Amino acid sequence: MLAAFQQRIRDAAGRAAPLRLRGGGSKDFYGGALLGDVLDTRGYAGVVSYEPTELVVTARCGTPLEELEETLAANGQMLAFEPPRFGGAATLGGCVAAGLSGPRRAAAGAVRDFVLGARLLDGRARELNFGGRVMKNVAGYDVSRLLAGSLGTLGLILEVSLKVLPKPAAELTLQLELSAEQALEALNRWAGQPLPVSASAWRGGTLGLRLSGAPSALQAAAGKIGGAAIEAGQAARFWSGIREQADLFFSGDAPLWRLSLPSHSPGLALPGEQMIEWGGALRWLRTAADATAVRAAAERAGGHATLFRAADKAAGAFAPLSPALLRLHRELKAAFDPAGIFNRGRLHPDF
Amino acid sequence: MARALREFLPARAVLWQEEDTRPYECDGLTAYRNVPMVVALPETSDQVQRILQTCHALGAPVVPRGAGTGLSGGALPPGNGVLLSMAKFMRVLRLDARGRIAVVQPGVRNAAISDVAAPFGLYYAPDPSSQIACTIGGNVAENSGGVHCLKYGLTVHNVLRVRGYAMNGEALDFGSEALDAPGLDLLALVIGSEGLLAVATEITVKLLPKPVAARVVMASFDDVQKAGDAVAAVIAAGIIPAGLEMMDQPATHAVEQYVGAGYDLQAAAILLCESDGIVEEVEDEIARVITVLERGGATRIAVSRDEAERLKFWSGRKAAFPAMGRISPDYYCMDGTIPRKRLGEVLHFIGAMEQKYGLRCPNVFHAGDGNLHPLILFDANDADQLRRTEEFAAEVLEKCIGVGGTITGEHGVGVEKIDQMCLQFSAAELELFHAVKHAFDPRGLLNPGKAVPTLARCAEFGRRHVHGGQLRQPGLPRY
Repeated sequence: MLAAFQQRIRDAAGRAAPLRLRGGGSKDFYGGALLGDVLDTRGYAGVVSYEPTELVVTARCGTPLEELEETLAANGQMLAFEPPRFGGAATLGGCVAAGLSGPRRAAAGAVRDFVLGARLLDGRARELNFGGRVMKNVAGYDVSRLLAGSLGTLGLILEVSLKVLPKPAAELTLQLELSAEQALEALNRWAGQPLPVSASAWRGGTLGLRLSGAPSALQAAAGKIGGAAIEAGQAARFWSGIREQADLFFSGDAPLWRLSLPSHSPGLALPGEQMIEWGGALRWLRTAADATAVRAAAERAGGHATLFRAADKAAGAFAPLSPALLRLHRELKAAFDPAGIFNRGRLHPDF
Repeated sequence: MARALREFLPARAVLWQEEDTRPYECDGLTAYRNVPMVVALPETSDQVQRILQTCHALGAPVVPRGAGTGLSGGALPPGNGVLLSMAKFMRVLRLDARGRIAVVQPGVRNAAISDVAAPFGLYYAPDPSSQIACTIGGNVAENSGGVHCLKYGLTVHNVLRVRGYAMNGEALDFGSEALDAPGLDLLALVIGSEGLLAVATEITVKLLPKPVAARVVMASFDDVQKAGDAVAAVIAAGIIPAGLEMMDQPATHAVEQYVGAGYDLQAAAILLCESDGIVEEVEDEIARVITVLERGGATRIAVSRDEAERLKFWSGRKAAFPAMGRISPDYYCMDGTIPRKRLGEVLHFIGAMEQKYGLRCPNVFHAGDGNLHPLILFDANDADQLRRTEEFAAEVLEKCIGVGGTITGEHGVGVEKIDQMCLQFSAAELELFHAVKHAFDPRGLLNPGKAVPTLARCAEFGRRHVHGGQLRQPGLPRY
């Protein structure tokens, strides 16, 4: 399998022809153009090693995310960044390449925070190993974390080692009726206190707040926060709807923007419906507003806006980079993929 | 060089006479020394930019330096260039209690960030043992950890943004005050890059709410492997302690003489396991930890009753390095990380090396994350002891690689472990590191000769170092 991948890469590099690295295709909608012949990674699958007491799992890129998470769950552990699966097809390789994290992100960290090591094929089809299978490792530049969110533009991620965490002993979801401004105020206030908040999602005047930890801690925290606890099955459906974007908020055709902002940025003066996650640091916006206006508003608030799902992405999926950062991107791309074949145009229109 | 810098820097900011530059000859790794040609002490970002532009134009190397507490020689000065001390960048620029961030200059001490955040009930989580002296700029360069990083992460998990300059003086801005930024995650690449990619002038860190309660369990074991197994059992029980540290008997004996922390001197190893959070949570977790440790064969268990006792229990661990300085003229601190389950094997190996080289080696261990600090005791005035120490250390680092670990968990490669990089990485991997460096600093002027060995150096090292009859990287030209 590896030799076949290498052959495909050499062949594409020889012709300077784009190669489209793809797992389950669950995130084909995300990012820029989809160019070139598909290199399907799903055949290179399976958990390579898993030591629950080391808190480390190593698996191949084609491993279905669902399968990986089931393996962890059987040992009472989880991927703490709660990556979205967007259907059952998502693979580990795609998860790391896309770098998308779910509801627990503000509390636990993002994909990149859990990447410990990676094995990849670069644009010369060389097999390279970075990082490792241990918790702390500062030997060499942290290339494996750089791969998280690189959208496959630096190389074919063959294998990833991730830090895993125990599932919380208990979880409790509260609902509070609050305006967007009230919710932002409360979320930032709670985040400054030692409360076991593990997820938050506000939309349509209701804030869902998930607490995770020891049962005693949840009871104590719920007493301080207030609101109404919802039944466990309903809570699970609610958070799954947020994580997988199956919630009603995400239905319909209006363009979906993802705004990543400092958590206490005030509500945005933009038309359209919004959802607030990550304690205020993530705002989803359904709007037909002009892309320039959305991006300018995000930038003014100190963040950036991504055109996440839209029929028309002429405005570009991602916020433009400064000239200095763009130059670094080009140089790094050339270092990893000199012929410029991997997922051309997916992260940036120029490479 | 000094004249070129004096054109835009005040006299106090340019040191060139040996009596002034000698104090900068080494960092925390004193075995390597080099008196810098010039030391620059800029006070503003503009001055940093102009220093870099000037050196870039003159082709002079630049080595950035924080407090100089690093243990791998990462701030070893260049003989023919400028040591760029960031010591005057000591201001906390902004503390946003509501947004839970602090924007600080790189010369701010790690512990000082928590001090200014304390009135708001907040703190900065990573706590390397040098935290009263080391600076946040150095922490960014090394991706420093600390005793609480299993639960709260390393520097890379707690820094949101780094602003600074490339070697050519170009302004750079990595990350943002949001949780992510567009494009590649260059922030993750720059953190831990040992000052080879950019010079930081402004760092934005996350602040966390200070846990209201913290208690530590101290457990004794009559066998080191049993202690290691108990650590695994704690993790298997679904507990992520705030801190989980282990010390072997020689280490506890050394620190007990020094600080009187009340350690059990009969124990082959002691574990310190801390729980923090809200009061109810801590009580629950401590009870579970005690159950697990008792089942794991702990021979004695004590729980801190108050904050004073908690700090006393920790005092020995935090004073482990200086305590070694009391029982030996010199000590050499290693920094390998290993899969925790191989601990017994690695400690056994270290024991054998003590015999082989005739040197003592107590061990302290960040048990939660597998980061082992063996401390070889020696006398640097004895050339043969120094040589034996270096060989001892090299064998231990190779053992760490052999069991699936790494040569450095948190201290960095610097100049110290540069040869062992040839063992941990292939020629192609090293080539890629050089290409990354080239993207940021094409002329190779920023902290040259550190962190990533040249292929020529690896060829030379490989020729001297044939392991098990097999040449590592046999494809390299050797000369």
